[in-house]
Amino acid sequence: MSEIYQLSLFELVNKIKSKEISCEEATKSYVERSSKSKKLNCYVEETFDIALKKAKDLDQSFNPDKKLFGAPIAVKDLFCTNGVQTTASSKMLKGFKPQYESTVTEKLWNEGANLLGKLNCDEYAMGSSNETSYFGNVINPYRNDEDLVPGGSSGGCSSSVAANLTSATVGTDTGGSIRQPASFTGIVGLKPTYGRCSRWGIVAFASSLDQAGPMTKDVKDSALMMEVIAGHDEKDSTSAKKNVEPFSSKLTKDIKGLKIGIPKEYKVDGMPKEILDLWDKGIEISKSLGCEIKEISLPHTKYALPAYYIIAPAEASSNLARYDGVKYGFRAEGKDLIEMYENTRAQGFGDEVKRRILIGTYVLSSGYYDAYYLKALKVRRLIKNDFDEAFKEVDTILTPTTPSSAFAIGKNDDDPISMYLNDVFTVPVNLAGLPAISFPAGYDQKNLPLGLQLIGKSFDEQTILNNAYAIEQNINFKPNYKDWWI
Amino acid sequence: MSITKDTVKKISKLSRIASNEKFEENMIKDLNSILKFVEQLNEVNIDNVEPLASTVNQELIKREDEVKVVNKKKDILINSPSENEDFYVVPKVIE
Amino acid sequence: MSEKQFDYYLKGEKGDYEVVIGLEVHAQVLSKAKLFSASATQFGAEPNSQVSLVDAAMPGMLPVINKFCIEQAVKTGLGLNAKINTFSKFDRKNYFYADLPQGYQISQFKHPIVGEGKVILDMPYGTKEVGIERLHLEQDAGKSMHDQDPNHSFVDLNRSGIALMEIVSKPDLRSPSEVGEYIKKLRSIMRYLNTCDGNMEQGSLRADVNVSVRLKNSKNFGTRCEIKNVNSIKFMQQAIEYEARRQINLIEDGKEVDQETRLFDTKKQETRSMRSKEDAHDYRYFPDPDLLPLEIDEKYIEDLKKTLPELPDQKKQRLISDFKLTSYEASVIISDQAVSEYYEKVAKNSDYKLAATWLMGDLFATLNKEAKDITESPVSAENLAKMINLIKDGTISGKIAKTVFEEMVKSDGDPLKIVEDKGLKQTSDPKEIENIVDKILASNQDKVEQYKSGKDKLFGFFVGQVMKEMKGKGNPQMINDILKNKLK
Repeated sequence: MSEIYQLSLFELVNKIKSKEISCEEATKSYVERSSKSKKLNCYVEETFDIALKKAKDLDQSFNPDKKLFGAPIAVKDLFCTNGVQTTASSKMLKGFKPQYESTVTEKLWNEGANLLGKLNCDEYAMGSSNETSYFGNVINPYRNDEDLVPGGSSGGCSSSVAANLTSATVGTDTGGSIRQPASFTGIVGLKPTYGRCSRWGIVAFASSLDQAGPMTKDVKDSALMMEVIAGHDEKDSTSAKKNVEPFSSKLTKDIKGLKIGIPKEYKVDGMPKEILDLWDKGIEISKSLGCEIKEISLPHTKYALPAYYIIAPAEASSNLARYDGVKYGFRAEGKDLIEMYENTRAQGFGDEVKRRILIGTYVLSSGYYDAYYLKALKVRRLIKNDFDEAFKEVDTILTPTTPSSAFAIGKNDDDPISMYLNDVFTVPVNLAGLPAISFPAGYDQKNLPLGLQLIGKSFDEQTILNNAYAIEQNINFKPNYKDWWI
Repeated sequence: MSITKDTVKKISKLSRIASNEKFEENMIKDLNSILKFVEQLNEVNIDNVEPLASTVNQELIKREDEVKVVNKKKDILINSPSENEDFYVVPKVIE
Repeated sequence: MSEKQFDYYLKGEKGDYEVVIGLEVHAQVLSKAKLFSASATQFGAEPNSQVSLVDAAMPGMLPVINKFCIEQAVKTGLGLNAKINTFSKFDRKNYFYADLPQGYQISQFKHPIVGEGKVILDMPYGTKEVGIERLHLEQDAGKSMHDQDPNHSFVDLNRSGIALMEIVSKPDLRSPSEVGEYIKKLRSIMRYLNTCDGNMEQGSLRADVNVSVRLKNSKNFGTRCEIKNVNSIKFMQQAIEYEARRQINLIEDGKEVDQETRLFDTKKQETRSMRSKEDAHDYRYFPDPDLLPLEIDEKYIEDLKKTLPELPDQKKQRLISDFKLTSYEASVIISDQAVSEYYEKVAKNSDYKLAATWLMGDLFATLNKEAKDITESPVSAENLAKMINLIKDGTISGKIAKTVFEEMVKSDGDPLKIVEDKGLKQTSDPKEIENIVDKILASNQDKVEQYKSGKDKLFGFFVGQVMKEMKGKGNPQMINDILKNKLK
C-alpha cells in the first residue's frame, strides 16, 4: 500500500490513533483523490475546505477513544446535514440547507469522523442506477468499453467507496439501494434490520422500508460502522429498543456449524451461469468452513417485487407531499395556490419520482386501495412468514445480490420494469425488515464485480457479518480497475 | 384494470403535478406496464391473511408532555422561497 | 313534570319537515406540548414561534406521540360513557393545503382510540340521549390569513400539530336548541375532566355540522350537507336554520339536495358551497408508516377511571338527592363546574334551597349584568352563605336581604357588618310588634270592622301598615301571626 486512501477504514483509524498518520494527512489524501475524480460525478456537494480545517482541529484534540477518529467520510445526500446543502439529488431541494443533523450522521461526527461532502444518488433514492439524479449520472470505476452505472440508489456512495474517494460511507436501502450498488462496485454494503438505525433526519422515501446502513471497503469496516450508527433513538417511533453489539470486536471467522439456507426460488429463469457459479463458490467455501448447507423454500419470493412496487410508491406518494414549494427548495410560479403546487411539483420532480408518486396515489385511491395496497400488505405478511419459517431451520440465507453485473448507462431507459428487476433478490429482505449484507465474491467474464448476499435473522447482524467475513477472507477479492478517470 | 388518460389526469390532480398531453401519454404507457407487473399479486391466495404494514414488533414510543422546542422561527423559515421573516407566503387562497 | 313536547318541525307544502343533525366536534386537547412534537400550544403567540421542525414538515422529521394527549383522549372517552379501544392506529389523511405542511394530516381513520358512547341532554321536554359514534386523535392544521395582501396568503403554523379530539355524534340531534345543549354538555364534561378548555372564541372547540331534512315520520334520511368549521353555538344554530330551510326549498321545488361541503357566512347568515373543495376529495387514508399501532391495556384504563372527577351527570344526581334540588335547578347549577362548586360551598354552610334561589336569581342576574364569570363573582360563597344564615335565623327578612345583597355586590363586605352598619336588623321582639299592631288596628277601626265582616283582602293592608311603621324591619312571619291572632 502506498497511498493513505487505499487503507481500509479500520486500518486508517488505527494508524491515526497510533499517530502514524495525522487526521490532516488522511483528509488531504481523500480530498486530493476526490478532487481528481470529478469525472465519476460522485459528489453533489463538496465540503473539502471545511473538512481540512476540521482535520486540523481533530489533530489538536486528539482522542483515540473515538471509534472513527479522523476518518474522512462523505455521506449519501439523503442524510440531512446541519448547514450543508441536502438535496436528495432532486431539483426540488436544490439549495436546501437543513438546520439540523440526522441522527446517523451525528453519530459519525460524535465518533470523530469528518464530513467530506454529500454523495450523489437516485432522486429521492428512487432508482437502481443513479440515472434519476438531477445532478447527473455517477460513473462506476469499473468499466469495459463504455461507462457503467454504479447501481442505485446509493450510486455516489458505491462509486466513491470503490474508487477510494471516501474511507467509508452511509447509504440508505429501501429495496436494495445499498446492496445492489455495493455488488456493482465490488464493495461491502449492509442493510441493517429495520429499526436498527434511526431514520430521523433522513429524507424519507418509503418509511416502513427505509433503513440506513454502511457501505465499506470490507466486512470489518462494515462491522465498525454498524457499531457507530446503530442504536435506539427516541425521536424515531419505529426505532428498535435493542442494545448495540460491539460488532467489530465480536467479528470472527469461525463459523463452524452455522446453518446456511439456499432458497430454491432464487434460482430464477435466465440467471447467468457465472452468477450461479459464484453462488456455488460461496456454498463450497462455506462447506469447507464447516457450515451446514440446507436447501430452503421461500415460496412467495416472486411476489416480493410486485408487492414492493405498490407499498413503496404508496408511502412515497404521501412522504413527498411536503415538497410543495412553500417551506423550502424549489418553487415555480402559479396564478393561485393550486397552480403553484402543480407547477412546482411538475418541474421540481424528475420522471421516475413522478411515476412513483402517481402509482402510489393510484393504489391508495378510493376503489383501488383493497385491490392493490391492502393486497400488497397481505402478500408482505406472507413473505415475512416465509422467512420466519426458514429461520427456524437456518441461521443465515445465502443468495446472489443481483441478477446481473453493472450495466451501461441508458441501457434500461425504455422500460421501468426491466430496471425494477435489478432488485429482485434484495427487495424481499426489506419487506420482511431483515438485515442483509452484500459482499464482493468475484468477477464475471466481463471482469465486473459481483456480490453475494447473506440474509440474517432480525437484529442478528453479527451472524451475517461473521459469515460474510469468513467467506471474504477465503475469496480474497481485490479491486482490479485502473484509475482510468484520473 | 388499466389506466386511461382520465385516470392519469385524475391522479395527477390528486398528486398536484401539472400534466400535459405528452406527460399523459408517457405515463399511460409506464403506469400500465407497472400495473400489469404488480397484478401478478392476483395469483396469490390471501384469504385470512392479516396485512403487514410494519415489521417493528414493539410498543409505540411515547413522549412526555414537555415543551422542549422554543422559538425556532428563524430555522423553519430560513429555507422558505418566499423570504418573509414572519410567515410562509403563498399565492392567495380563495375558500 | 313539564308537559312540553318536542316541536321543532319546519313547515312546507308537502308537510312538516324534521331536521336531522350530526356533529363532528373538534376539541383541542389541553396539553402543554403538541400531539407529535415538543413545541408549545399557547394561544396568541407570535406567528410561527411555536413551530418545531416536525410541525414545519422538514425533510426527515418524524412524529413521536405525546403520552398525555392519549390520556386526555381516554379520559374524555370515559366521560362520554364510551368504549375505549385498547388497539388503535394512526392513519395519514392526504390532501394539499397551504396550512397543512406535511401534505397530510395524521389522524385515526379505521381504528379510533374511542368507540361508541352517549351523552344525555336535559331538554324542556325531558331527557334526550345523543349517541357518540367515535372519538379520535388528530393533528390540527396551521392558519392561513387572507386579508393582509391582495395577492398572497400568509401562513402561521403555530397551531399546526396541536392535538385535537374529533368527537363524532350519531345523527341524533333534531333542532338547533338540541345542538346548543349538546355542545354545552360536551364542553361541560370536558371542562370537568380538564381535557379541553372549551374556549370557542379561541377556536379550542369548533364543529362541522351535518344537516339533512326529511318529512316528519319518514324513515329514510335525506341527503346531507356538511357545514365546515363553525365556531360558536349561535352560528351553528343559525347555520342549521338556514341550511334546513334551503334544503326544504330545494325539495319543495322538486330539486335534489347535493351532498357537499358548505361554509357558513356569518355576515350574510347563509351557507354557501365551498369553492376550494370543488375537486372530489380522495384522502387516500393509509396507516402512517412513521408510527406503530397504539396499544393500551385494561389496567391503564381502570387506573385512569379512578382519577376521574365527579362528572356533570353524577353531580346532578347527587345535588338532587343531597340538596333536594329540582332537576332543573340541578342541571343549571352543574352545567358549569365553577358554579356547582360555588353552590356547594354556599349550600353546605347555609340552606340548600335558599342557596339555589339566591345563586340562580340575584347572583346570576348580577353576573349577567356585569358580564362576569362565577369565578369573578363580587360576592364570595362565604359571604352569601353568611347572608342566607342571617335570613334563616331571622336577623334579616328576605326583603331586607335584597338590600344587603346589593351592598355586598358593591363591597363584598361581611353581611352581618352591613346589617349592623346600616341598621337593617329585623325586629323580632313579639312585644314590640304587638304594640305596633295594636296601634295600627286602633287607628283603623273602620277597616277592622270591614275585615271582620268578610273583606279578607284587607289583611295585606294591615301587614303593610305595620311594616311601614317598623321601617321594613319587622319580622314578616311574626307580624302575620300576631295580626291573625288579633283579628280573630
